[in-house]
This record gives sequence, C-alpha cells and structure tokens, in this order.
Amino acid sequence: MTNQIIQAILLGGYYALIACGLSFMFSVMKIINLAHGSLLVFAGYLLWFFAEHYHISPFVGLLIVIPVMMLIGWALQAFLLEKSARGGELLPILTTFGLAIVIENLLFEHFGANTRSLAPYIGDLSWESWELFSGFYVGKTSVYILIAAIVILGSLQLFMKKTALGRQIRATAHDPDTAGIVGINPKRASAIATALAMSTVAVSGLALGVRGVFDAYSGGPQLLFAFEATIIGGVGSLWGTLIGGIILAFAQTIGANIHPQGFLLGGHILFIIILLIRLILAKGGVGHRLKFALGVSK
Amino acid sequence: MSQWAKNVSIQRWTPSSRRAVMVAGVVLLVLALAPLFASNGMLDRLTALFIYVILAAMWNALAGYGGLISVGQQAFFGLGAYFTIRLANVGLDPFISVGLSAVIVGVISYPISLIMLRLKGGEFAIGMWVIASILHLMVNLDGLIQGETGISLVSLNHYDSGSRLTIIYLLTLGSMAGLLTLLFFVLRSKTGSAIQAIRDDEEAATSIGVKPEKTKRLLFVIAAFGIGAAGALWLTSATTFLPKTYFSVQWSAYMIFMVLVGGIGKFEGAILGAIIFFLVETWFSSTGVWYLVSLGAIAIAFSLFLPKGIWGELERRFNWRFLPVGYRVEDPKKEKQ
Repeated sequence: MTNQIIQAILLGGYYALIACGLSFMFSVMKIINLAHGSLLVFAGYLLWFFAEHYHISPFVGLLIVIPVMMLIGWALQAFLLEKSARGGELLPILTTFGLAIVIENLLFEHFGANTRSLAPYIGDLSWESWELFSGFYVGKTSVYILIAAIVILGSLQLFMKKTALGRQIRATAHDPDTAGIVGINPKRASAIATALAMSTVAVSGLALGVRGVFDAYSGGPQLLFAFEATIIGGVGSLWGTLIGGIILAFAQTIGANIHPQGFLLGGHILFIIILLIRLILAKGGVGHRLKFALGVSK
Repeated sequence: MSQWAKNVSIQRWTPSSRRAVMVAGVVLLVLALAPLFASNGMLDRLTALFIYVILAAMWNALAGYGGLISVGQQAFFGLGAYFTIRLANVGLDPFISVGLSAVIVGVISYPISLIMLRLKGGEFAIGMWVIASILHLMVNLDGLIQGETGISLVSLNHYDSGSRLTIIYLLTLGSMAGLLTLLFFVLRSKTGSAIQAIRDDEEAATSIGVKPEKTKRLLFVIAAFGIGAAGALWLTSATTFLPKTYFSVQWSAYMIFMVLVGGIGKFEGAILGAIIFFLVETWFSSTGVWYLVSLGAIAIAFSLFLPKGIWGELERRFNWRFLPVGYRVEDPKKEKQ
C-alpha cells in the first residue's frame, strides 16, 4: 500500500513534467498544442539518435536537444501558431493536430516500427534504486524525474513572476494589442514562451525514454496524460499541474487495483469526474445555486 | 433608402440551386441502379466513398456549423460497430443491428454532450479524444470482443456473398442520402438559422435570443448518430471488428482533412472533400506513411492559406450556390454593375 502510494507520487512527477510545457503554452498563449506529444517523442528520438550513433549520453545529449527544441519552438510560433492564432481560436487546434500527424508519420518513416528506449544508454542508473526504509525501494530515475518536474515548474513560476521578460509574456497573454502599445513586442514574447515550453518538452523526451520504451506513435497517449494533468490541476496554475499529475497517477493506480486493465481507465474516468465537479461548481451550476441558497455567496 | 429596399428581394432557391438539387437526385438514382451494371469491386469502393461522405458531413456539421472541433469522433465510429456486433450476437439480423446501433449511439451521446459541451475550444477537442479512449477501453472489457483480437460479424454469412454486397451498398447509399437530407432540413429550419447565426457570431446570436447550448447539443447528437451509423456500415463491409482500428484517431484525421480541403461550414464542401479524399486514397494510399504525412501537411496548408476550402473558394469566385441552406439578399442594382 505504502509502496503503491510512493510509486504513484513518482509517476505523478513524470506526468507533471510532460504537462508543464502544455500547461505553460495553454495558460500563456491560450493555445492547446495538439502536437505536444509528438514533439516530445521527437525529442526522445533525437536523444536516442545521438546516443546510438555518436555514443553521447542522453544527459549530455540534452545540451544539444534543448537548443534544437527551442529553435523548433521559435519556428513553430513564427510560421504556424502566429498565423493560425490570428484566424480565431479554432484554427490552432487544426494546425497543431495536422502537425502531430506529420511528425509522427515522419518519425515512423525514419525510425521504423521498433520501440526504442534510452535506458540502455544511461548505464546502471536505469535500474539503481534507493531503499527508503526496509523493503521499500524507489528507482533513482523516477526520483530524478520528480525533482526535474519540481525544479522546472518552480523556475517557470519564478521566471514569470520576477523577470521583466516574464512580465512581458504575461502582458502579451493578457492583451497583445495593449502590450504592443506599451512597447512590448508581442511576437517576440510569444516566440520566447513557445521556445521555453519546447525546452521542457526536450527534458520530457528524456524522461519518456529513460522510464520505458516509446515508438513513433507514442505521442497521442502522452498528450492525453499531459492534458489530463493540466485540467485536473486547474488551468493556469503551474503548481496545480504537479498536483494534477500526482492525482492522475493515483487514479490510475486505483484503477489498476480494481481491474487488471483498469490503469488507463482509472485516469480517464477521474478526468471526467473532475469535469463533472467543475460543471456543478460553475456559475449557474448546482453547487453555485446551493451556495446561493445557503447565503454563502452573494 | 426606400428605393434601395424596394429592389431587394430575399431568395432561397436560385435557378442554379434548383438545377443542383435535380442533378443530385439524378446522381442518386444512377447510384441506386449501379448494382445492375457495376462490378463487385466498384460497389465495394463506392460503399467506402459513401461512408466518407457521411463522416465528412457529420464532422462538418459539428465544426463548421457548431464551431466544435473534435479529435475524438472515432468514439462514435467505434461504438457504432461495437453495438452492431453486440446486437447481432443476441440473434438480431445484422442489417437491423446497424440501424439500431446508430440509434443507441445517438442516445448515448446525449449524456456525453451534457459534460463535454461545457468545454471550449482545445479543451473540447482533446476532451473528446479522452472520451474515445474511455469507450475504447470499456469495449475492450467486454469478453465478447476478445480484447484487441477482435471479432467478426459472423451472422453476415446468412446472406450469400453477391446479395450481401448489394444490400450493404444500397443500405450505405440510403443512409448517406437519408443523413444528408436530415442535415439539409435541420440546417434550413429555424434551428438551422440559429445554428448558422452561432457559427457566424455566438455572442451576437445569443443577444437576439438564440440558445447556443441547445442547438450545439442537437448537432452533437446528430453527428454522433451519423458517425455511429458510418461505423456500423463500415463493419458490415469490413466484417471484422478490431477495436484498435475503429477507435483510431486516424478517423478524426481523415474527417478533418476532408472538411478542411472541401470547405468547412459548407454543406457541399464536405461532400467535395470526401470525394477528393476518396480519390487521394485510391491513388496514393499505397505510398503508406508518405500518404499520411501529406494528409497532415495538406490539412495544415489549407487551414492557413485557404481556410474556406476548395468549395468556399469556388463559391466566392463564381458565386455558385447549389444546396440552399441559407438565405441570400438579391440586389438587382448591384448585379448590373
């Protein structure tokens, strides 16, 4: 039982890590990037490529892949999102979905149907573990992933709050036209935000690869996990994403305990329950009316 | 002002649209007689085309008129096939199962719409994908399906192979014609005007008393019913139900491609898109992965550079109007210019 709780928290760390790029772009630019999962898998393949062909450890490889992904993020914003966001809120959904289809099929074309993993390239670390207390082991990589999630979420939070650039991005998110009037370049702010999101996607690709195997079409499930963690944790709250990831992992663990095939179903059903709760608590919903009747709300 | 107003008339039917409806009728008649002269292979391919037309028209109803982009409509496609298997398993005729299954899918979509229609934009899009995933996993829990191994619609064997093909062909043609007619009349009705008002400007529509939720729910249920029917019909022509194939997100990719290329929000656009997709598939699907890469790339290109699709572009350039689902204001003065 204790073991399952610890494992669920660690798995939640992974979900929070893959969610932070999606949640960041959603909260800052109001865009849900449907290519998020495929881009993550792409980063995983890049790391695998450098490890397999040039014997570069995936951790060192990150020094190459992070800038590459940031560049891709910039290009994504400049050539796809910028133009589609101007065409209304629905267009980015279509273009990023199209992009996901293109990326995953190109990956399949290039890397084939074999599943890949980064675990063979990180030496003993892939199976090393710490004994928390007698009989309870935690894998070192899972702990590192959780720490990475906390560090990245914390840095993003600090960056947005404390730096001038962070304020510019927030201003652009709030009202791009007015931001332009006061001397902010909204295009630049959005490009930087996308590049930042993509740098977290690079780290997520590493996490995906060291945790297990992936193939060209692994992006879809990763997108769903990231999306669910974001929604469960509450859109716009980066720390909420961490909580959301952990709650998602708990629901999956409970699902797996109920039925051998219940792991994924548990997470999805929790997501629907959260939506129901949102509906009840929403303005005009049952919860709101109840509060009104009790005189809690004005 | 009064002078101007006198010359303006509101038109619904134009001579070209009258002709277009007549041509559509003739085409349907010829297609209905096709089993008399077409080869089996041809009938089989045309059945696929009709299913694509249904899928495109339904996705277009949701996205083009309801403003609801979904990447999870495979949920209803898979469910339509699943309930056909289930009903046939209790001894119902496979073709009756198809119709009943579509109705069940429509009924199930109602409670789903209550939750999902609260979501906006991208949240709705991926939320529907989660719904598809849930339904896929739940169908896999049914022992009858044997997980991803799947199951065949064995009761089709009661019909000999020749008449079976003809029945499937005519049933699919009839379903397509029926669903398109249903959509046509819904869009022409008072509700349809409301739907198109929401499409153009939801806030303005709400301000004059249109209830967006009610009309969106209607579109959602119609789309689920139609896509459920498409899934059930696809099962009869493919005979085997593999959950992974039916609940694949690829169906959404196809629907998006067809509607974007044909013309989103245009009744005729969806049909044109389905025909184009059918031709592209016939000629290029053998290139495998590159075919899929191109579908994605073309969808991106259309949404960025030709957002109204091919039909929208033709309509704008040549002022074509075939299937009248709206009204048009005719100003004779303007035409003289």
